[in-house]
Amino acid sequence: MNAKRKDLLATIIIDVIVATVVGILAFLLAYILISGLPHVSWLFLTGSADSFSGAGGIGIQLFNSFYLLILTMLISIPISLGAGIYLAEYAKDNWRTRLIRSAIEVLSSLPSVVVGLFGFLLFVVKFKIGFSVISGAIALTFFNLPLLTRNIEESLSAVSRSQREAGLSLGLSKWKTEIGIILPVALPGIVTGIVLSAGRVFGEAAVLIYTAGQSAPVTNFSDWNPMDAASPLNPFRPAETLAVHIWKVNTEGLATNAAQLSAAASAVLIIAVLLFNLFARVLGNYLYRRVTASK
Amino acid sequence: MEQTNSSFKQEKTQTKDWAYTLHHATRATHEDWLGRSISYTCIGIIILVVASMLWFITSKGIATFTQNHVNVWQFLSGTNWAPDQGKIGALPMIVGSFAVTFAAALVATPFAIGTAIFMTEIAPKRGRKFLQPVIELLVGIPSVVYGFIGLAVVVPFMRHLVGGSGFGIISATFVLFVMVLPTITTMTVDSLRAVPRFYKEASLALGATRWQTVSRVILRAATPGILTAIIFGMARAFGEALAVQMVIGNAAIMPKNLVSPAATLTSQLTTGIGDTIDGTLPNNALWSLALILLLMSLFFNALVRVIAKRGQLSHER
Repeated sequence: MNAKRKDLLATIIIDVIVATVVGILAFLLAYILISGLPHVSWLFLTGSADSFSGAGGIGIQLFNSFYLLILTMLISIPISLGAGIYLAEYAKDNWRTRLIRSAIEVLSSLPSVVVGLFGFLLFVVKFKIGFSVISGAIALTFFNLPLLTRNIEESLSAVSRSQREAGLSLGLSKWKTEIGIILPVALPGIVTGIVLSAGRVFGEAAVLIYTAGQSAPVTNFSDWNPMDAASPLNPFRPAETLAVHIWKVNTEGLATNAAQLSAAASAVLIIAVLLFNLFARVLGNYLYRRVTASK
Repeated sequence: MEQTNSSFKQEKTQTKDWAYTLHHATRATHEDWLGRSISYTCIGIIILVVASMLWFITSKGIATFTQNHVNVWQFLSGTNWAPDQGKIGALPMIVGSFAVTFAAALVATPFAIGTAIFMTEIAPKRGRKFLQPVIELLVGIPSVVYGFIGLAVVVPFMRHLVGGSGFGIISATFVLFVMVLPTITTMTVDSLRAVPRFYKEASLALGATRWQTVSRVILRAATPGILTAIIFGMARAFGEALAVQMVIGNAAIMPKNLVSPAATLTSQLTTGIGDTIDGTLPNNALWSLALILLLMSLFFNALVRVIAKRGQLSHER
């Protein structure tokens, strides 16, 4: 076989590979949407699940997913912003910074089940808070911090040096320069990163099964006082999220319509994650246009 | 006389101003102090989390050996996992984890490299516009959804094909293959793009075909990066819990073949940790499995570093 034939053959093989990959994604999406969407109704999205048959809606789980997401973001954004500013601005290139960077890398490469077990050990076993929203949110924060920090640091470092020098030469402090000049320029990248990480957090289950728990007690949606036990906002109640629900319905095998239920729940989950991705793109582009004043 | 007096006065107040400026912090200095302490606190929190995570899991994980006096070697090489009867041989789970990890990486690597070559060398424009979103979507699908599809599609398919229950290492491999594919692809694309343009141009100018250029120049120059990509994929496969747990069958026995129920470290952990009582041998044994997971994750991390260093050296030479 001569070189040209080989070249042609290789190209064909690569084309087939790419077609397979695209086919896999198309199959995954089509399977979930086709088998799941017909079962998605308003009642399904808002109704409460029957814990024995597993039938019924996913209203509480959906609420829990969003509630945990918001709490997680409220905790993790400020911390990773501070840490990102440290790494981009204050950190000197020495062994201490290298150690900090490797610590963050280690945290980001830890399996999520290990992060979940650590949360379980800390909050459920040691502090005796029990399976609760707050345990879940903090464990999710541990899971979210390294990636978000790295994203923020990268966005901040990508801003040109001259902007920093301009700020400092005006007599601004480093902090003021960072907050007032660098951060707004880096904002599109940061916001995109935040929304993408929100998608990751929304679909995460391994961190949550032993921290936020696997039960969704019926809550009273007319009671919005976070201190009441039956309130949906109460941070000390167990909160099974949508992703955990899919896992539980499939592994316990109690539900007779497990496949149907999880197909519908998966469809909702996938659509939510797709929306997060789309939103990240649109918002990032919009902010980029606003900040750079380009058309 | 009066004039000199006034200028003298002026000089004196000026000296006072300098003294003031020198001895008292400006507003900018205060701001910097505040900013420094905020950002130091934040990084401190992260370091604290990492340190306590390593400390807690290590101290729980070694309790099996220090408190229950189980021999480390027996734990690692024993094939009988029955913690209720005091038998804790973790080898079935270790073998299971490594089997699914290597199998998934083995299947995914050619697909990932092929896709990456397509995206960088064959059709960069379509690659960026069309394949990039495909890969990003594959990353975005949550692992429980992969597990569910594995359960609903792959397991019945395997049951049809080879009989038995359909649960097992091969089903887990299928699911993990799709999950690590985007990880390996994205990083391979990055390393292929990092190959200097003139390598490719020089090779093409010598009359090499595209495939000769790709296989003998570009892939070779990008080898360290591709290896790193594969290791990242393996780390992800090794640590993936729920998707694997849903399709592997969860039987803590030595896997005899690829289509009988087996278990991995992660699947055993997720199934077991809620059912055991804190401080007992069955519970401690599970934490030892978690410790193995942690150490393997650190090992993958170290491996990536070594390869990165080697890669740098070979470029400098």
